[in-house]
Amino acid sequence: MPTNDARLVTVDPAAQDGWVATRLDFLVNWARAGSLWPMPFGTACCAIEFMATAASRFDLARFGMERLSYSPRQADVLICAGRVPLKLAPVLRRIYQQMPQPKWVISMGACASTGGMFDNYAVVQGIDTIIPVDVYVPGCPPRPEALIHGIIMLQKKVMQERLKDRELHVEMEPDPTSQLYIPPSRIDELSEPFGNSVHQTRSAP
Amino acid sequence: MTAPSDATALAPILSAAVAEDSNGSPITPGLIAHRGGPVNGTADTLAVQFGEAVLRTEVVWGETTVYLRADMLHAAVRWLHDTPSERYDYLVDITAVEYRDADRPLEVVWHLRALQRRRFLRLKVELVKRQPLVVDSIIDIYSGADWLERECYDMFGIRFDGHPDLRRILMWDTYREGFPLRKDFPLRGRFSRAEQLKQALAADPEARYSVNELSIAEAFDSLPEDMKRRIAARDETARDNAAAEFDA
Repeated sequence: MPTNDARLVTVDPAAQDGWVATRLDFLVNWARAGSLWPMPFGTACCAIEFMATAASRFDLARFGMERLSYSPRQADVLICAGRVPLKLAPVLRRIYQQMPQPKWVISMGACASTGGMFDNYAVVQGIDTIIPVDVYVPGCPPRPEALIHGIIMLQKKVMQERLKDRELHVEMEPDPTSQLYIPPSRIDELSEPFGNSVHQTRSAP
Repeated sequence: MTAPSDATALAPILSAAVAEDSNGSPITPGLIAHRGGPVNGTADTLAVQFGEAVLRTEVVWGETTVYLRADMLHAAVRWLHDTPSERYDYLVDITAVEYRDADRPLEVVWHLRALQRRRFLRLKVELVKRQPLVVDSIIDIYSGADWLERECYDMFGIRFDGHPDLRRILMWDTYREGFPLRKDFPLRGRFSRAEQLKQALAADPEARYSVNELSIAEAFDSLPEDMKRRIAARDETARDNAAAEFDA
């Protein structure tokens, strides 16, 4: 029996087609994971593979990422593709800080993740010493399939987030004096030489 | 720019400079000796012109290297550039070589090319280590020497006397670990990774930006607020003080 009271919502039990019940978490995460806008930070050959991933053969648009954002202020995912020289470290840090929350970081390739073969005076030994990283994609450079795998991993990670989790998406605050966000001893430990590079410290007398 | 009369005057020089096949196409010379062979004629004229300032001449892989005394380098390059019969109009590169033998002097290398005459000349100046590494800048002769000399300074610590803006170009301005391509420089640098990162993050990527340098003077009003603030707050004197402190 229809009522004229505008304050009441009337539900017709016979016509439930227009109604979906879901968790708010799921709805928000579904929307976020389906429209991740990447900020490409390409510095080397990994960026070539990233371009291939974005182009029609591998078609990043299938994952809702076709809109590459060349401004960090409209981006969700920072994809760091390639080696990062120390001179670029403050630039990468600032770009990350300019991105609005929620934001994620994919470290693409061996150099961005660990410094790779460039265990020398000029290259950052893994961008996780500058900014927090969510997904590491190994490879030198990774094939587009590998990057897509990393993106799907990131989407799964986004789908598992809970809105009530206060630990998530808190802006990192680097130490005001050193500008580091993890302890220096940890950085030294992380960037110890390994493999062949332990033999590369010698210099002329 | 090249007048027809000029081109005809050049013809005998060009024909002498380049071997040609029967169709007139240049032939890439083969069987070049590692050491010795025809010397670039400029080496002899340089020796006549500058006498004792020319220390010796080498030919390696068909390319002539002239060793000069450091104090005569600028005059020699000026002469090579200005003399009509030489006309070395293209500065290809400036670099330096340090050998593992600690007693061997450090060499600064200039690559010159005379494009119309198709000649290549390499100049070298030897700088004894443990003495100030200084040579004359040739930026007043070749403007392109600007960044080449800055790179040479950045990597080897060789100072180019007369360069108007001699500062680091590849490493950042406040880099304090030394000169990376010197043999006494460890591959990973002198500081710990954390210290390197700390110093790198403390560097201001916009330290040398100015409105003029960016060519954004007319667009200044449309810049984002924070960038406008940073550029406006940049104090010229503070920056000069920092540079002076670094030089000291």
